[in-house]
Amino acid sequence: MVKEIERFGIPIVHMATITTISESVGANRIVPTVAIPHPVGNPKLAQEDEKVLRKELVKRALNALTTEVSGPTHFE
Amino acid sequence: MSEKFKVLYYVNQFFGQVGGEDKAGMAPLFCPEKVGPAAGFEGLLKGAGEVVGTVICGDNYFNENKERSLEFILNVIKEQAPQVVVAGPAFNAGRYGMACAELAKAVVDELKIPVVTGMYVENPGVDICKEKAIVIRTSDSAGGMRKALPTMAAIALKLGKGIELGSPEEEGYIPRGMRKTLFVEKRGSQRAVEMLIARLKGEPFQTEMPMPVFDQVNPAPAIKELGKATIALCTSGGIVPKGNPDGIQSASAQKWGKYDVSTREALSAPDFYTTHGGYDPVYANEIPDRVAPLDILKEFEKEGLIGKVYQWFYTTTGTGTAVSKAKEFGTQIGAELKAAEVDGVILTST
Repeated sequence: MVKEIERFGIPIVHMATITTISESVGANRIVPTVAIPHPVGNPKLAQEDEKVLRKELVKRALNALTTEVSGPTHFE
Repeated sequence: MSEKFKVLYYVNQFFGQVGGEDKAGMAPLFCPEKVGPAAGFEGLLKGAGEVVGTVICGDNYFNENKERSLEFILNVIKEQAPQVVVAGPAFNAGRYGMACAELAKAVVDELKIPVVTGMYVENPGVDICKEKAIVIRTSDSAGGMRKALPTMAAIALKLGKGIELGSPEEEGYIPRGMRKTLFVEKRGSQRAVEMLIARLKGEPFQTEMPMPVFDQVNPAPAIKELGKATIALCTSGGIVPKGNPDGIQSASAQKWGKYDVSTREALSAPDFYTTHGGYDPVYANEIPDRVAPLDILKEFEKEGLIGKVYQWFYTTTGTGTAVSKAKEFGTQIGAELKAAEVDGVILTST
């Protein structure tokens, strides 16, 4: 899906935990996430802290979308 | 009679008979018995080999703690000193396939012990390890177990006895991208002309050098002005409105859905939940934004960091979904986003 959407010339960032899969499906902008059942959350944290974490991850994704890349790139 | 060769077996929590998704977080353990597929495997080795034990590891644990898992498992393998390591078969299970593949790669690279595994050809693990391990072709579900095990055992038997393997077609494994020199009766020029004639006549012929297929998409240019950009949110984590109105499948998705989120602040429970059948849904059902972070995007929209969150949220289930289907979904969704002049997309996966 990532690759086909990007084919339209729209920048796309893949947020996923198994980043080797992101690369093999052809994602160019990749943000590694927390865990498979909760990529952008962490139930072990207090709700406020969890939100801070999610904010941080989404910021990273937006940073990826505003950065030029030439091939698969991780934003950590 | 010569001594039997030793086989060590790797399975996930499910085939290791520990449990389902609720046990996917279990750390690896070594069990000196033959568990799950390992039990029948020894019999297929026709008395020439024995299974000395089973390593069981949760799929989530392995993929989230790869280094730690590999360290433990490689140590077990060093202690047990098998001649062959067998993993899976993983069929079309993505996380299990990735675990088998990463393990296979490490065992072959670091311990120089041959590995046999089995996967459906679309499993993402195939590309990770097919050059290192022998990956037999399986069906896409565990229904293919009875067919897969004898093929895997026949290969393990040859590897254990040090017998050279035949071609991928003969032995049933996925081509490893290697070329082998062999003697044939007809010289090259003659074979080439015969192939050309067959082609001109429209008869079947088989190339001696298949070309690899590369399909890469160049990165799209970056967003210039984030403060004016429309960002779309998309997920393969199966987050749907309560009642799953479009009946998106919990696995092997046949369709995707789009839902209007223009008046929402978040994808909150109980209005949304996950229909994905490939991970433990507890955390996503509590707070669906843990999978698709609409809450944060809306905050950023208010703060003016981004221009707008696109009205429609796109979703499907990414477990066991065929690559051809995923392509189709991507093409359809991409066309809509393009038409709506969306500037950037965030796609989350579980």
